[in-house]
Formats: sequence, C-alpha cells, structure tokens
Amino acid sequence: MERKIRVLIGKPGLDGHDRGAKVVARALRDAGMEVIYTGLRQTPEQIVNTALQEDVDAIGLSILSGAHMHLFPEVVKLAREKGLDDVIIFGGGIIPEKDIPKLKEAGVMEVFLPGTPTDAVVKFLREKVKRR
Amino acid sequence: MAHKSKNLKEWEETTLNEFIKKRPERKEKFTTISGTEIKRLYTEDDIEDFDYHGKLGYPGEYPFTRGVYATMYRGRLWTMRQFSGFGTAEETNKRYKFLLENGQTGLSVAFHLPTIMGVDSDSQLAKGEVGKCGVAIDALKDMEILFDGIDLEKITTSMTINAPAAILLAMYVAVAEKQGADIKKISGTIQNDILKEYIAQKTWIFPPKPSMKLIVDTFEWCSENLPKWNSISISGYHIREAGSTAVQELAFTLRDGMEYVEWAVERGLDVDKFAPRLSFFFNSHNDFFEEIAKFRAARRIWARVMKERYNAKNPNSWKLRFHTQTSGFSLTAQQPYNNIVRVAIQALAAVLGGTQSLHTNSMDETLALPSEFAVQIALRTQQILAYETGVANTIDPLAGSYFIEALTDKMEKDAMEYIEKIDKMGGMVAAIEAGFPQREIQDAAYEYQKAVESKEKVIVGVNEFVVEEDQPVDILYIDSGVEEKQIERLNKIRKERDKARWQKSLQELKNAAEKDVNLMPFILDAVKAYATIGEIVNTLKEVYGEYEEPIFI
Repeated sequence: MERKIRVLIGKPGLDGHDRGAKVVARALRDAGMEVIYTGLRQTPEQIVNTALQEDVDAIGLSILSGAHMHLFPEVVKLAREKGLDDVIIFGGGIIPEKDIPKLKEAGVMEVFLPGTPTDAVVKFLREKVKRR
Repeated sequence: MAHKSKNLKEWEETTLNEFIKKRPERKEKFTTISGTEIKRLYTEDDIEDFDYHGKLGYPGEYPFTRGVYATMYRGRLWTMRQFSGFGTAEETNKRYKFLLENGQTGLSVAFHLPTIMGVDSDSQLAKGEVGKCGVAIDALKDMEILFDGIDLEKITTSMTINAPAAILLAMYVAVAEKQGADIKKISGTIQNDILKEYIAQKTWIFPPKPSMKLIVDTFEWCSENLPKWNSISISGYHIREAGSTAVQELAFTLRDGMEYVEWAVERGLDVDKFAPRLSFFFNSHNDFFEEIAKFRAARRIWARVMKERYNAKNPNSWKLRFHTQTSGFSLTAQQPYNNIVRVAIQALAAVLGGTQSLHTNSMDETLALPSEFAVQIALRTQQILAYETGVANTIDPLAGSYFIEALTDKMEKDAMEYIEKIDKMGGMVAAIEAGFPQREIQDAAYEYQKAVESKEKVIVGVNEFVVEEDQPVDILYIDSGVEEKQIERLNKIRKERDKARWQKSLQELKNAAEKDVNLMPFILDAVKAYATIGEIVNTLKEVYGEYEEPIFI
C-alpha cells in the first residue's frame, strides 16, 4: 500500500490568525493526506521536534504577524540540523512579495499568498514529496 | 403587455412565468455571502403584520432599530477612526499626526504582538515580531512618546488590546495625568473582549475565569473613575474574519456581551452603572444588504435583551453603539486597486447601518501594513461618503424596504436561535470550553473556501477576471532596526527606574491578585513605577496560570 503523504501544519510566531492554517489543513486531509496541526504559537524548536517525531514529508508554516523573515528560515535551519534533509518546507500568510526570493534562498520551497486555491497546495505537495 | 397582477401569486403565474420560459435566471439559487437564500422579490407579504412601533420605533427611542441618536449623522458624523500603529512609538506618533492633519477625528492604536501577548520586546518569544504589526509598547515611557503632542482631553482613543487591556488602560490614564488632563474628561475605548479571543482571534493569556474577573474589574473601576470611557468593545469583527457567517457574527457577539453583563451583575454591580459604557465592534463585509440588516438587528436584539432579560432601566443601557471596520478578509492580493471599490461599498453599508465610528481598510492590507498613500485614500473614502453622496442627510434611509425589513427580521430570528442554544449550554464560557463557537466558525470558513474554489462564489481577480501581471503597489516595510532601538529603550527604562518602588508595586499586585479585590489601582501603581508589560503579566501568570486551547481541525 502506498504511504500517505504526511504534513505538519505549524503556526510559529505570536499571532492567532489560524483561519488559513486550518482551512489548508482540512483541504489536505480531504485530499487524502495525513495532517498534524501543531496549534498556535509554537517555537521553531517545537515545530521541528514534532516534525521529527511524526516523521512528516512536509512542514507548512502559516504566519500573519510579519515575523516570517525571522521564523521561517529558523525552522529550515533547525530542520536541516536535525537531519530532516528531504522534508519540504513551505509557507503562507501576509508576506510582501519582495521577501519571497529571500525566503526561497533560505530554503523555503514555496510561499503561498492570500487568494491561493487550496488545490494549488495539494498539487504542490503531490509533485514535490519524494517517496521515501 | 397590459396585464396587471392583483397579487404576487398571480404575477408569478403570468408575467414572471412567461418571461422565465423565454429567459431563465442566471442560477437556480441566489444566496448571500453567508449562504442565506435570497428570494427573487420581496413584497408586503414578507412583512405582514408589520408593527412599526414595536419593531422600529423612532431614532433615539426603544428598540433603536433606526439608530441610537435622535439626529444621527445630521447632528454629528460618525467618527473617522483609522486603526494604526507600527514600528516604535516615535514612528506611530508621526503617523497619528499625519492622520489628524488629514481630518481624521479619532485615534485607534494597533499594538505589536508582543504587547498584545503580554511579552516584552527583548523576550525570546518576541524575536522577529517587534513593531511589525503594530506599535511596540513595553512600558509607560513608550506610551508617553506615542501620545506626545496630542491632547488626551480632546481626542478620543480606541485601543485594540484584550488580554492585557487593564495594563494599557492604566498606561493611558497615567499619560493623561502627566499631561495634566482631568481623567474624568478623557474618552475612548479599550477592546477588552477576551471571549472573542478564545473564539476567534486567539491572542489570550490567562484562563477564562481570571480573564473575566479582570474585565469586570475594569468595568467597576471605569464606572467610578472614567465616566466617558467605553470599558469594552464587544467584537464581532474577528469572529467574522475567522470565517463566520453574518448571523454567527451577530449571535456570538451579542451572546458575548450578555456574558459580560451576567458576570458583572454577579459581582454585584448595578447594570445601569456599567451597561451604558459597553460598546460594540462589527465587521462590514461584501454582502451589502445582509450587512445593513445585521447592524439594524443588532440594535434591536440588544435593546430587548437589556430591557427584558437584564431589567436595565436606563435607556442608555439599551443602546447598542458600535464601531465598524470593513472586512480585511475580503481584500485581495490580486489587482489590489480593486480593494478601494470593495472598501467603499462596505463602508457605505456601515453608514446605512448606523455605525458610530468607522475604519476603512487600505487597499494594500493583504500585502502589508498600509502605506501613507493607501491610508489616505481609505480616509478620503469616508470623507466622500460623508460630504459628497448625501447618505448622511436622513436617518436610516432603508427602513420600510420590504427586503431590508424582512432580512432584519430573519437576522434577528436566526441569531436568537444561536443565543438560546448557547444559553442551554450554560453560557458563552461553557460553550467556548466545549469548542462550540470555534467549530461553527471553522466549518463556515471551510464551506466558504469550497464555494470560492468551485466558483459558486465569484471573487473578482481571484477566481474570475484574472490577469497575469499585477500592477505593483509600494508597501510599507518595517525594517529590523526597530527591534534594536526598542530593546535599547527598554534597557534604559529598566536601568533608570526606581528599583524599590518598582519591586514593591509588583509585590503588592501579586498579593492583591491572590485576594479577591479590584486590581486596577495596583496595576496603575505598577505602570507608574515603570514596570513593563511583561513583568506585570508574568506576575499575574504566577497567580492565574495560562489558557490552553483545545486543538482540532
């Protein structure tokens, strides 16, 4: 039997806007993936530890507070340090376009902005997650 | 065609039937953005037995459906109040002066997340967040700079602050005193609405019981010391932004309001002493008539509940006064200039619904905090409505419309069903602990997303009328230098304050929190001793603990 794609949806930072994270989590689940949602205000350490324990294929980060430039790269850095080399890290939220190239350079594979259909996230994960 | 129908049924069977055979309607079902079905035509049949005096009454009179004041905008326009704050106190002070020079009539403070969460700027948790989505306020010193050169006796200030609201209110009062103002004359609002935090916005600190206690403390203290201050702004805005329908926004907000009244009455406060200072805050979303009906229904329900359920005698206790913000969620990152049009229509709905104050979103807010250019257009939108369109000339101009009255009745009926359901669950705190409103909102948000993705709901520029290349807009960018500057000031405050006084104030606050006394005087003392928000919140956490959310998707 083919292994289901496992995704961790994490909310780093101090903001509590979880509408997007939860809609995406539910859409991924409805698309047949296994979804773990961390809950609010998780530190990068907590997110990476959960990813490790849950053996996920991807980590999706949602943030609307403007702290993405600090927190997204921090998650990537810690994940790689812990040996999560193949885990795909993507994000979404209120993120100025000019930050996107820098985030990608830091190892965030994709950044989804408001108005993205959930379908696009599903397709992205199906394409990128390598069978392990 | 000379046929003239004698009633609706005859019209449907003749004129309509013939027409539809030739030209079918665009779709089978027409619904509001909340999914409520809307009929083809509303007639007098829809408001049968309409009791004008029972349902509407006159402006300034029970049940206030037509408005809370006798002259409404003919007497005084709504307050134009743009929510604003970013970077350090100096930068935000500059923006406030810009807005006031441009004809804004009230201030509205946006705090950065560390302040909202009761965390100091130098905390590990604040990294990357300082000054990003609001102004950084750690201690009284920051607040003094924020209002430098602004006369607090003359301006009204709204502060969007919830879990630590008592602390920021204390800082504001302390600044006013330093300016030499008579605090009996200062006016404004603290949001102070923790229930909608648990339900929707989710920036809580303490568990529900001590949080409710702190709120009742502010009601009590304000009713004795700040007679012109709105001690709470019971908010549907965030509930709607989190994905609720219009009815859910209405029902959960009003039931939250009822919960506060019940907790305050339970403490032994006289309802007529604090209820006149309760205020509300609603969202104005895309569906024009649904929003107007929501505002009108809100006034009617609140008046009835306050009079009949809580036996308030003072007519001011029956009046639902509210602020409105246009819907941030409705804005699109795609073709952002279109947002100017959305905001104008949402603002019009708020005005036709009788709002007391209004924030119009800036077109660039799905990208970042608003630029000066964008916020000026947003303010001008209000000024155009107020001075050019004529909509402020008469009171409640849509009253008597078959459609509006039928929709207002339906809003009221559907909201009351939710309210009764929450009553049966044991009230709002119990309902929140059971996850009820949270799940209702989450389900509605997901339904809406599916409707957009299936194009059942069209969003211009997002799922229809898409363009490849967007016209770029210049956005406000907060650089990370803010964090350094703020931490530097924080260190200076810590070094320069009177240590003994500071320590004593925190110890006394802790002692008071362990007893059952009103904490406002103790918080005021700590603030004046330049205790930081993080220090005060941590002191209270030692006694009260922290809230943990039930997690589900």
